[in-house]
Amino acid sequence: MRFVLKTDYHQDVDIFRDRVQFGWYAALFVLVLCIPMLSGTYVESQLTLVFLWSIAGAGLMILVGYTGLISLGHAAFLSVGAYTHAILLEMGLPPFVSIPLAMALCSVLGVIVSIAALRMTGIYLAIATLAFAMIVEKIVKNWSAVTGGNAGFKVPPPEIFGWELNSTAYYYVCLLVLTLVMIGVSNLLRAPTGRAFIAVRDSEVSAQATGINLVKTKALAFAISAALTGLAGTLLAHQWHYLFPDSFSMITSIKLLMLVIIGGLGSMSGVVFGAIFMTLLPDGIATVREWLPDSIGNLPGLEPFTFGLLLIVFLVFEPQGINGRWQKVRLFFSRFPLYRKKTFRRQKSFLRTERVH
Amino acid sequence: METFFQLLLSGIAQGCVYGLVAIGFVVIYKATEMVNFAQGDIMMLGAFITITLINHLQWNYFLAVVTAIGVMGLVGLTLERGLLRRMIGESPFAVLMVTIGLGFVLRSVAGMIWGHNPRSIVTPYTEQTLQFGAVVFPVADLVVVAATVVLCGLTFLFFRYTRFGIAMQATSQNQLAAYYVGIPVKRVVAASWALAAAIAAIAGILLLPLKSVYPEVGLILGIKAFAAAIVGGFGSLPGAMVGGLAIGLVEIFTKYWVDGRVGFSVSETSVYILLLVMLIVRPSGLFASLQKKKV
Repeated sequence: MRFVLKTDYHQDVDIFRDRVQFGWYAALFVLVLCIPMLSGTYVESQLTLVFLWSIAGAGLMILVGYTGLISLGHAAFLSVGAYTHAILLEMGLPPFVSIPLAMALCSVLGVIVSIAALRMTGIYLAIATLAFAMIVEKIVKNWSAVTGGNAGFKVPPPEIFGWELNSTAYYYVCLLVLTLVMIGVSNLLRAPTGRAFIAVRDSEVSAQATGINLVKTKALAFAISAALTGLAGTLLAHQWHYLFPDSFSMITSIKLLMLVIIGGLGSMSGVVFGAIFMTLLPDGIATVREWLPDSIGNLPGLEPFTFGLLLIVFLVFEPQGINGRWQKVRLFFSRFPLYRKKTFRRQKSFLRTERVH
Repeated sequence: METFFQLLLSGIAQGCVYGLVAIGFVVIYKATEMVNFAQGDIMMLGAFITITLINHLQWNYFLAVVTAIGVMGLVGLTLERGLLRRMIGESPFAVLMVTIGLGFVLRSVAGMIWGHNPRSIVTPYTEQTLQFGAVVFPVADLVVVAATVVLCGLTFLFFRYTRFGIAMQATSQNQLAAYYVGIPVKRVVAASWALAAAIAAIAGILLLPLKSVYPEVGLILGIKAFAAAIVGGFGSLPGAMVGGLAIGLVEIFTKYWVDGRVGFSVSETSVYILLLVMLIVRPSGLFASLQKKKV
């Protein structure tokens, strides 16, 4: 076990704990840089998806994991981002204009939704976002003159300054964006704004008492979250080639939430764990189907069943997600014979209502 | 004018189904302050059990209805014992996500057992109509309304006057204090789940003559019922009924009056627009029971 000798107050808020940790992350980055040269196109495209879902998950993580607000409708922002970007590209705008415009539209929508429900407690916000997502889905479906409706919308191929990007180049673009997003979010979370988010999550009352403007903070969290998810949407549009309203249904919103929960609430590395897990899961289910006898293996409901079951299992047995399990495993080895299970004991609370009678 | 009355009745009947599912939400919420997102799927399960009893086992309609309600009560009890009891004391968000996961599981299990084709049953009152002047009312709609009124009244009286109902309210207000005064909190929570599942089963049975049932029916219906509960003010029984009626009526009237003129389906969205407007204008609902937390 390593201990860091702190000689400066800034060490408390640094992104990396020490040089060793920085070294590990740098090694990981180099490895990811080399992967397109080492492996085939399949691994490359799966990893691109992991990067894209990580960006979307980072957006949702700011909201759910750090500000403690629930959104059941984040697929709407993904959808708005993807469609706005694709439509603007079709109109001849360069991606450097269309992506910021799509993100701006998403964050404006996010602020509007959040203001609708910020006065009330969590569950109302969840329902407001759900209603918003339903409305967006119906608009995208019915406004076929612009979005193509159920027939789908063909996304122009990704281009930078007239260069068409092939899949390897797109891999690097997504990696670059993900790296920037991760650094940006980590910096945000150690700045006063991010600390205000965490304060709001832990106790609204005490956050307010320390002078944090609740409505502003929550609306800001919503705006940033929506913008990041919209950014993921713009990039996903190219990866998917065609956009359909059904790709952004309520199921997608719930999958995004699952990504964040299974990865581990309240940690940015959890986002990446969750994205890897969610990308591998369909392949995993397909493999398991082959092992099972045909009568069970060919059932069409196996995939949603697995999704639901995994969500329940994680929430009941490991609410901290994959990241939480990883922390425990690491602690087990670093303190080898002295590991105590109770270090991570969850605190249960008795219920007291906020209703008046 | 006749069309108006017929639309009114079918809107009320549809609204009653929403209201009944919403009452299921409210019962669980009132007793445990948990939000059960799988309520619509539990309703779907109740409807499918009734279909199996009547269409495959050739049972008598009324016997089948009573059995299905009983079975669903047991299902509710089992869900609480097996799953939700572990979640007592966890954050409301975690509980919400667990019930969402439960909804996924229930839908796919129903799909595996009963397939994905819409199904329906023949009830003793299918196709029967009553005529008042020039207006023709389907009996199925009237049965839904009557059953809902009775059930809603019973639930209201249960919470207001019985020992157990009051114990449920006490449990939700303060679990620890409820323990101290000798309320068997675990049993109360289990009973509220059984009750909510039984009510959901009744909603499913009443839905059967109105619509055919398929595994995904509970998802959208559940969301609309959720909207009903929120429009009415979460945690209020009369609120859930009024919210359900409001949503049923808005949906059917926009479908009839607006959809044809605009050229696309506004009615599917109208419920959510109503919900968003409600959240902006009066976030605590028509019958408010929530208040801002004070230190």
